[in-house]
Amino acid sequence: MFRSRRKSAPKAKERLKLVLIHDRAKLPPGVMADLKDELIEVISRHIEVNKDAVSIEIAQEGREQRLIADIPLQPPRHRRR
Amino acid sequence: MLGKSITFTSGKGGVGKTTATANIGTALATLGKKVVCIDADIGLRNLDVVLGLENRIVYDLVDVVEGRCRLRQAMIRHKRLPELFLIPAAQTRDKTAVSPSDMVRVCDKLRDEHDFILIDSPAGIERGFRNAIAPADEVVIITNPEISAVRDADRIIGLVEAEEKETPTLIINRLNTSMVQRGDMIAAEDVLELLAIKLIGVVPEDESVLVSTNRGSPIALEEKSKAGQAFRNIASRLTGEDVPFLELDGDSGFLGRISKIIRSGGA
Ligand SMILES: Nc1ncnc2c1ncn2[C@@H]1O[C@H](COP(=O)(O)OP(=O)(O)OP(=O)(O)O)[C@@H](O)[C@H]1O
Ligand SMILES: [Mg+2]
Repeated sequence: MFRSRRKSAPKAKERLKLVLIHDRAKLPPGVMADLKDELIEVISRHIEVNKDAVSIEIAQEGREQRLIADIPLQPPRHRRR
Repeated sequence: MLGKSITFTSGKGGVGKTTATANIGTALATLGKKVVCIDADIGLRNLDVVLGLENRIVYDLVDVVEGRCRLRQAMIRHKRLPELFLIPAAQTRDKTAVSPSDMVRVCDKLRDEHDFILIDSPAGIERGFRNAIAPADEVVIITNPEISAVRDADRIIGLVEAEEKETPTLIINRLNTSMVQRGDMIAAEDVLELLAIKLIGVVPEDESVLVSTNRGSPIALEEKSKAGQAFRNIASRLTGEDVPFLELDGDSGFLGRISKIIRSGGA
């Protein structure tokens, strides 16, 4: 809320969190982008997706991790008004 | 009696493994437990000086493993605590002088006559670390509230779990309360949330740790020291006692939240 810009601990925690996610998953941050592109490519072969709105991230609960992909489909072209 | 073996390890160097081993060993002995501390940092031994026993070394761990002496002969009795012993590391050899199965054998011999066998691991994730965790019934990770130490701790947790050992427990060392309050040090609570393992102690940054190391008399023997109290509390928790956590983040809500986390972790 009134987070002073000079405090470094919140920044440290945020950076650490991301580092741990990628260390644990043995997945370098840059590979996530490739993974996303390939996923879109595969899925697009079967169904039309809204490419710009796809999000893919690793979520954690305790020491468990899961890959969460949110892939919105393309809205029907001829929508009734 | 079947003694419990506990290894103190960290990944990153210099976070306080030797200090923790010496002080928790001392505190356990003060509680009347029979304790042996083993220095597994072969080639870089230091547990002897932190315990103030460096002048009494004749034989070491490698002498035992290579059959140059009996186990009993390498055990140095503490001056003030007759139930506290040290098995020093060899100083002129390296980590390969001992194998993980040697460590298991040595520990198994000690279990019959001691309550606790505490093992001071070297830094790193190589042979010395493997030697140190091989005989461990419980692995305790020491970390500092700092990005690289916590990152290394997380890596170690993964490696210990891959060995099919119990999930390690955590000690956060060198917490500086005023830096946390100022927002320039990651709070103990946040470290705990990220690593998501059971906490067994938070030790404050305390100048008297260095002073007591200078003297060769562990801080756990000093009644008034906060760090000493933190180490004594850890020792009590290791004996199964339910000791409340010191309020170290300077946030009155910390204690309650921590104990909740601990309880939900099954402690
Ligand atoms: N709570 C504390 N407050 C202040 N200083 C501390 C604290 N804990 C440890 N230290 C200091 O930090 C330094 C490193 O501690 P120690 O030798 O125990 O670390 P270590 O993890 O065993 O290192 P290594 O990886 O080299 O074996 C020492 O000078 C010690 O006095
Ligand atoms: Mg050490």
